Amino acid sequence: MFDFISFIPRAVVQGIPLLFGSTGETLGEKAGNLNLGIPGVMYVGGICGVIGSFLYEQSLPDKAMANGALAILIPLVCCLLGSLLMGLLYCFLTVTLRANQNVTGLALTTFGVGVGNFFGGSLIKLSGGAVPSIALSTTSSFFHASLPFAGKLGWFGKIFLSYGFLAYVAIAVSLLAAWILRRTRVGLHLRAVGESPTTADAAGINVNRYKYVATCTGCMIAGLGGLYYVMDYASGVWSNNAFGDRGWLAIALVIFTIWRPDTGVLSSILFGGLYILHMYIPSGMNLAIKELYKMLPYVVTVVVLVLTSMRRKREDQPPASLGVPYFREER
Amino acid sequence: MNKKTREPLFHITKRVNIPRWLPMAVRLSAIVMALLVCALISVLLTGENPLSIYGTILSGSFGSTRKTWVTLQNVAMLLIISLAVTPAFRMRFWNVGGEGQTLAGCLAAAACMICLRDVMPSWLLMICMFIASLAAGGLWGFIPAFFKAKWGTNETLFTLMMNYIATQLVAYFCVVWESPKGSGQIGVINQKTEMGWLPVVGGQRYLLPVLVAVALCAAMYIYLTFSKHGFEISVVGESERTAHYVGIKVEKVIMRTMILSGAVCGLAGLLLVGSVNHTLTTTLVGGRGFTAVMVSWLAKFNPIWMIVTSFLIVVLERGASEISTNFGLNKSFSDILTGIILFFIIGSEFFIRYKVNFRHAAEAEKEAKR
Repeated sequence: MFDFISFIPRAVVQGIPLLFGSTGETLGEKAGNLNLGIPGVMYVGGICGVIGSFLYEQSLPDKAMANGALAILIPLVCCLLGSLLMGLLYCFLTVTLRANQNVTGLALTTFGVGVGNFFGGSLIKLSGGAVPSIALSTTSSFFHASLPFAGKLGWFGKIFLSYGFLAYVAIAVSLLAAWILRRTRVGLHLRAVGESPTTADAAGINVNRYKYVATCTGCMIAGLGGLYYVMDYASGVWSNNAFGDRGWLAIALVIFTIWRPDTGVLSSILFGGLYILHMYIPSGMNLAIKELYKMLPYVVTVVVLVLTSMRRKREDQPPASLGVPYFREER
Repeated sequence: MNKKTREPLFHITKRVNIPRWLPMAVRLSAIVMALLVCALISVLLTGENPLSIYGTILSGSFGSTRKTWVTLQNVAMLLIISLAVTPAFRMRFWNVGGEGQTLAGCLAAAACMICLRDVMPSWLLMICMFIASLAAGGLWGFIPAFFKAKWGTNETLFTLMMNYIATQLVAYFCVVWESPKGSGQIGVINQKTEMGWLPVVGGQRYLLPVLVAVALCAAMYIYLTFSKHGFEISVVGESERTAHYVGIKVEKVIMRTMILSGAVCGLAGLLLVGSVNHTLTTTLVGGRGFTAVMVSWLAKFNPIWMIVTSFLIVVLERGASEISTNFGLNKSFSDILTGIILFFIIGSEFFIRYKVNFRHAAEAEKEAKR
C-alpha cells in the first residue's frame, strides 16, 4: 500500500521552495520580465541566510543562549536583502538599460550560483569541518520548529501541521499574490504592464516602476525559497550545489500553473511529489527506472505548455509582452 | 522656473546613425572596466597585486603546452555550441536548449559505441555515430520548433524543459550501461578496443575539435551571410509578417533552422563523447549550452566575433580557476568573475543603441547656438 502519510509531508517540504520560486517568478513575468535568473536568486537567498545565521551563531558565546526572534530575523533579513540586490541588478539591466532578458537572466544565474558556492565553500573552510558542508543546527531549529501539539494529532498533525513557519508563509504569500493580481487595481495595472506596456503607459501607469517593484518583490519571494531549503528542509546544512535544479523546476511550475500563484499551492506539492516519487515506487533492483521518474515534472510541464498554446484560451496565455523590453519611443 | 515643468536631469534618445567605431569602443571600455572591478575583487580576496593576478589568469590558460591545448579544446567546444544556437537566435527563436541538444547528441554517440561495438568495424561505427548524434540533436531541436511553428508555443520555456528531459534520459542510460555494475557510472567506453573513438589528428588529441570548430565557423558565416537560407532567417527574425508577405514559409524556416541548430549541437555532442571524453555523464556538457547563449549574443550573432567572445569566456574561466587553486579560493570564483564581466558587457549595449543627454549639456548647447 502506498504510504500517503509519510509521502505527503515529504512532497510538501519538497514543494515549498518551488512554491516560493514560482510565486516570485510569476510576479516578474506578469510585469513582462522573463527572469531566467531565478535559480541564481534562490541560491543567493539561501547563502545570504546562511551567512547571516553563521555570523549570528559565531557571535554567541554559547549556543544555548540563542534568541529565537533574532535567530529567525537575522537570516531572514539577510536573505531578503541579498535577493533584493539581485532583483535590482536584473531590473537595472533589463528595464533601465533595456538589455536582453534571456541573456541577463542566464548571466544572473551563473553569477548567483557562483556566489552561493563561493561563499558556501569559504564558510565551510572557515568552520574547518571534516565534511564539505556547514551545519547551522541552532538557528535552523527555530526555522524548523512546528506547533508543539502537532505531534499529538496523529496523521492530521503530520500532514497539515508538521512544517516550519516558512511553509505557511509560502502558502500565504502565494494566495496573497493571486489575490493582488486578480482582485486589486495594482494587480490590474501590473497585468496591463505585462500584456501591453504601450497601452499601460498611455493610461498613465508608470511602467518602469511597476516592472521594478514586481520583479524585485518577486526576487525577494524567490530568495525565501532558498532560505527555506537550507534552513528548514536541509536542517541548516549548506553543501555546495545541493540545491540542484530546483530553480529551473520553479520556472517550470510557473508554466504549469498557467501564471496563477494560487494554483501553485497544490501544484507545487504535486511537483514535490513527482520529484520524490522515485523513492516510493517499488522498483526492486532496477535503479535506472528511478531516473525516468525524475523526468516527470519536466514532461508534465511541457505537456501543459503545449496544451495551453494549442487551446489558445486567452486567459491561459503567457503575458503578451513577456521577454520584450519597453522603450516609450520605440515604434 | 516652475518646479513641476523642470527638465529632467537627463533624457534618453535613440541613436540614429551609429558611428562605426562606437560599438567596439563601448564594448572594449566595458571589458576594461569589468576587468578593473574583477581585479579589485580579486585583490580584496587574495591580497595580491592585480598584475600578478592577471599573470595567473594567463598562465592558467597558456602556462604549458598541455594547458594551452585544454584551453583550445574548451574554446572549440564552446564555439561549436555557440555557432549551433546562432541561426535560431538570428530568427529571434530563443533556443536556450543547447545543453539538451548537445546531451542528446552525446547520448546517441555513446549508445552507438556501446550497442554496436560488436557488430561492425570501427569506421562504420563512426559513421553510425555521426548520423545518430546529428539526428538526435536535430530531433531535440525539432520538437520545440514544431510546436512553435504550429501553435506558437513559447520556445524559451520549451527548450529549457527539454534540457532536463535530456539530462534525466542520460541519467537513466548511465545506470543501464553502468560499468562496473553498481557504480552508477559508465566510465571510459571501449577503453581497450578504442572502438568508435574518433581518430587523433596530427598526434594531438584535441586538434580534431579545434579543426572542426574552425571549419564550422567559416561554414556558418557563409551560410548566414551569403546563402538564401541565411537571408530567410534574417527576414523571419526581423518581421514574420514581412516574411509571409514576400512568400517565405515561416513555419518551414523555423523548423529547418532549429533542426540545423540541434544537429550542430549534436555534432558537438559527438565530439565530446567520441573525441574528448570517451564517456557519458549528465554533466558532460557542463553548462556550455547556457554559456553559448551569452557567447553568441555578445558577438551580436556574428560567427567570426564568436571566436573572440568564446576565447574571452574560456580564458577567464580557466584563469579564475587557476587563481582559486593558487590562492586557496573556491572554484566558483570563476563564475562570479564571468558574471561580473557579462553584466558589464550586457549593460554597455545600452550606450551603443541610445544616447544619454544631460540637462546641463543641452542648455550649454542652446547657449552656444545663440
